[in-house]
Amino acid sequence: MIKFILKGILRDRSRSLLPVIVVAAGVFLTVFLSSYLSGVFSDMIDLSARFTTGHVKIMTRAYAENQEQMPNDLALFNVSALKSELISEYPDMEWVERIHFGGLLDVPDENGETRGQGPAAGTAIDLLSSGSSEPERMNVRKSLVKGSLPANRGEALISDDFAEKFDVSVGNEITLFGSTMNGSMMFKTFVVSGTLRFGNAFLDRGAVFIDILDAQEALDMNDASGEILGYFNDREYNDLKALSVKEKFNAKYSSITDEFSPEMLRLVDQNDMGQYLMMSENVGSIMIIIFVLAMSVVLWNTGLLGGLRRYSEYGIRLALGEEKKHIYGTTILEAVLIGIIGSLVGTALGLGGAWYLQTYGLNLGSVTQNMGMMIPTVLRAKISPALFYIGFFPGVIATVLGNALAGLAIYKRKTSRLFKELEV
Amino acid sequence: MENSSIIKTENLIKRFPVGKTDFTALNGINLTMGTGEFAGLVGPSGSGKTTLLNIIGSLDTPSEGTAYVLGKSISLLTHAQSAKLRNHHIGFIFQTYNLLPVYTVYENVEFALLLQKMTGADRKKAVMDALEWVGLTDKIYSKPSMLSGGECQRVAIARSMVKRPEIVLADEPTANLDSKNSHHILQTMKVLNRELKTTFIFATHDEKVMKYLDRIISLDDGKVVKDEILTAEKY
Repeated sequence: MIKFILKGILRDRSRSLLPVIVVAAGVFLTVFLSSYLSGVFSDMIDLSARFTTGHVKIMTRAYAENQEQMPNDLALFNVSALKSELISEYPDMEWVERIHFGGLLDVPDENGETRGQGPAAGTAIDLLSSGSSEPERMNVRKSLVKGSLPANRGEALISDDFAEKFDVSVGNEITLFGSTMNGSMMFKTFVVSGTLRFGNAFLDRGAVFIDILDAQEALDMNDASGEILGYFNDREYNDLKALSVKEKFNAKYSSITDEFSPEMLRLVDQNDMGQYLMMSENVGSIMIIIFVLAMSVVLWNTGLLGGLRRYSEYGIRLALGEEKKHIYGTTILEAVLIGIIGSLVGTALGLGGAWYLQTYGLNLGSVTQNMGMMIPTVLRAKISPALFYIGFFPGVIATVLGNALAGLAIYKRKTSRLFKELEV
Repeated sequence: MENSSIIKTENLIKRFPVGKTDFTALNGINLTMGTGEFAGLVGPSGSGKTTLLNIIGSLDTPSEGTAYVLGKSISLLTHAQSAKLRNHHIGFIFQTYNLLPVYTVYENVEFALLLQKMTGADRKKAVMDALEWVGLTDKIYSKPSMLSGGECQRVAIARSMVKRPEIVLADEPTANLDSKNSHHILQTMKVLNRELKTTFIFATHDEKVMKYLDRIISLDDGKVVKDEILTAEKY
């Protein structure tokens, strides 16, 4: 009987091709959009982790409460010792210091007189240590427009927008004005080693990157740092591991009564990243629910149309002595076969599209360059094992559900009218 | 003709609701049919021919009275038992052939046997025998759309006969055929009736069919008005 049904499906295109196309299209969209949304959320989380939150971040309790103001007067002390302990206690993590500071960039002329000034949003990272992963993590090397990364102390990278605005070239000097962590006035001259463009207004607006040691020296932050960021060595954020590390660290180092005691926060504790992570994790489930409901309605209608078209066939089969439940059963079996074929095709197409988007990405740099939000400029999909079944099973279920609903009409068929109906 | 009774109706009444009243399609039918009869239900439209065919074919049940087919009371059969009775013991031939268009001649004839879960070899033999009876062994791979009307009806006969039923019910089987094909079809059925002892019951008002019948049961307003047994060969 299965062979007989298969022949019918293969020969009757309206019975097979249209439903297969509908199922394949739905499954394709589910797989592709799931991978795409998962990729976008993952990239946003990854970008945020790399630039601001880390997988975990350590600040003083007071600094954490006011971190938008970059309050370096509330920075962590004795960071060398703290880092040593962290490296020892959490060997599967990398720990890096960061200092964020505000100030004024002054561009002098050949006589040392101010030629131009602009606000600076400074970031100090480890640019000079051999083997430092910070330039790569912050995408500094790829964002270089002119020049090169600092090779020596006293060198800085500045925003290419700023450099163009004030006609600053690589090799020129700039002076950074600000305040030390003790509140004294600070000014220090740097040589511009290169210019940067991240393609994101949030990062490009007055960006200055200097080495962490230069920043500590300039800001009187000897062995101090605004933040210590921790990254899992496999570069993937793992919330359970992060929670474990956080709880262990805070239990040992943090004190509610001391506002200068270090406090560790997970990625999800910062900047509403918890919501993003939840959306990232649930996007597949949301897509499945939408897919099954929408596709069931579509396939219900397709099934109803098919049922109408096959009205005579069902009548003949009833007259020939096939039971209604058997006809219903074969309709469901057909739906399973069509669902499997359509879902396989859709999954293959969806994975193909996801692979392309994961490998090559969709560059939206020109669209996002003036956006204030920190979002990735290249949108990428993310292929996960779940994609292999996230569309397949709902595809089969929706097909069966749609046909099961449509097929109920078989039970309403009155055999007493068969002769009349089949005379047409 | 053997006289063992395979169909028996006793005071058979069938009513259909029409608005707030009932329409009586069959009004006290008493009939007995034996094995191997070649009988026709004749009468004008609305006389009850198809309704009686429906009840004999276990497609419908009586409102009152009883109808026994092969010793089974139609009123007492479950849906599954009705389906089994049709599948094993009753063949149907329709005015418009009603072949499954996506299947070949062979597959159309084979379908009824698939429901009986017969083995492949037995099925093949039965199908080829049935197609040989109707002279279509050279068309087994053809689809219905490639056949003439006469050939389609011959496939329908093969489909109804392949399971060797005791009874074949034919509703206006020649209505869509020309004279030559009609005679060909009727001769085929007559031969099968004689050789396999299958009981054929026609609902018809086609004069060509009546010439072949051994028994003509005339119906009018749901009643048997004449039951005529014709013994002479007329063809």
